[in-house]
Amino acid sequence: MSCELAQTRLHAYLDGELDAAGSADFNQHLRTCPVCAAALGEQETLRGVLQHSRLYSRAPAGLKLRIAENLPGPRAAKSAALFSWRWLAVAAALLLAAFLGWRQATTNNQRNYPEAAMVAAVDAHLRSMQPGHLVDVQSTDQHTVKPWFDGKLDFAPPVRDFASNDFPLLGGRLDVIEGRTVAALVYGRRKHFINVFVEKAAPDASWNGSGEAQGYHWTAWSKAGFTFCAVSDVSAADLEQLKQLFVQE
Amino acid sequence: MPPDVSTDVLNQDDRSRFEAIVMPHLDAAYNLARWLLGGRSEAEDVTQDAMLRAYRFFSTFHSGDARAWLLQIVRNCCYTWLHKNRNWVDVDELDDASVPREKDTPETLAISVNDRERLTRALEQLPPHFREILVLRELEGCSYKEIAAITSRPMGTIMSALARARQQLRVLLTEPAPKEARLEL
Repeated sequence: MSCELAQTRLHAYLDGELDAAGSADFNQHLRTCPVCAAALGEQETLRGVLQHSRLYSRAPAGLKLRIAENLPGPRAAKSAALFSWRWLAVAAALLLAAFLGWRQATTNNQRNYPEAAMVAAVDAHLRSMQPGHLVDVQSTDQHTVKPWFDGKLDFAPPVRDFASNDFPLLGGRLDVIEGRTVAALVYGRRKHFINVFVEKAAPDASWNGSGEAQGYHWTAWSKAGFTFCAVSDVSAADLEQLKQLFVQE
Repeated sequence: MPPDVSTDVLNQDDRSRFEAIVMPHLDAAYNLARWLLGGRSEAEDVTQDAMLRAYRFFSTFHSGDARAWLLQIVRNCCYTWLHKNRNWVDVDELDDASVPREKDTPETLAISVNDRERLTRALEQLPPHFREILVLRELEGCSYKEIAAITSRPMGTIMSALARARQQLRVLLTEPAPKEARLEL
């Protein structure tokens, strides 16, 4: 016995690439087609094994540095006639060392984001994934989401839509992190959700940190009297990109 | 890939933008290169080369999906490398539109997360075009649209290509390794 759909639509279904109607149709088909039902089970196993067998190779630490060292610096072309590339490389390395030293000095003021807060944020993210818990105000319009928080918090969280960078704002809600009421901004990223928890902090607060907990990535930062903690199952790079968007705002 | 012309060196702002938008996808770039090329040092060299290319052509990236844009460059660099160093000839197995049918009496798939080595071997045995599509989908979490952009294939062919890649992997994982088969005899 075989079924044509087991080799076609089943995969789009498995990958979440069918629209709502197509997905419902296939669900219906699964109930009556043992071939597809069995194939789906097997494909889910295969996917689970592929995703959880540590097959992902992260770039070695030295590679990033090597690339940064080799990027032609701003306006390097003009001075190229005067200096040999070798000396430019030495100068670039010295500059980089100086920059790293400077960054080290400035980051010493930064404090690691408390683990308890991170754990609470990841828990809050998990809770929000329950059906119907994601958003209290559903809107892609920052001018709808921002005023919604008025009167519900003792601060006005910065609300921005980053749809043009593929981080569309989906809405917001109130949440609680370690007993403190915070604003949760919800962003989308390729069918995944990102919670950005925003709370008021001291004007000079400088929390910082990122990592992985319970299979979710998180990254925390401070800016202009707010502390942010973003949590999601998207890649660490995606979270970093969203953080940069907030930081550069 | 854009033609190999020297472009203006990026100014400070563009360089910062490059570092904020493209550099965070270094892991994705390296992972794809690693799976396409196999070796660590080859993957490092080609990733570095691809990053420098991306930097040079950053002015051609306007907005949108930086990861897909970078991975497209990485992929091209990888195939160029394979062509030069391994005499690899691009026979596009995916062009064959036929989809293998499920066997009438399928053997059961026997694999678990503890079989990392067997899984790695099976993936490495797949032709590169099948391997890359699985790596992009399962390890990198790319959507069909992104895979289509990265691999320069029509969006409509991604589903059947994935189906075939998965089917091939499944066959490799259900066939017992020759050694084990002998032991059983």
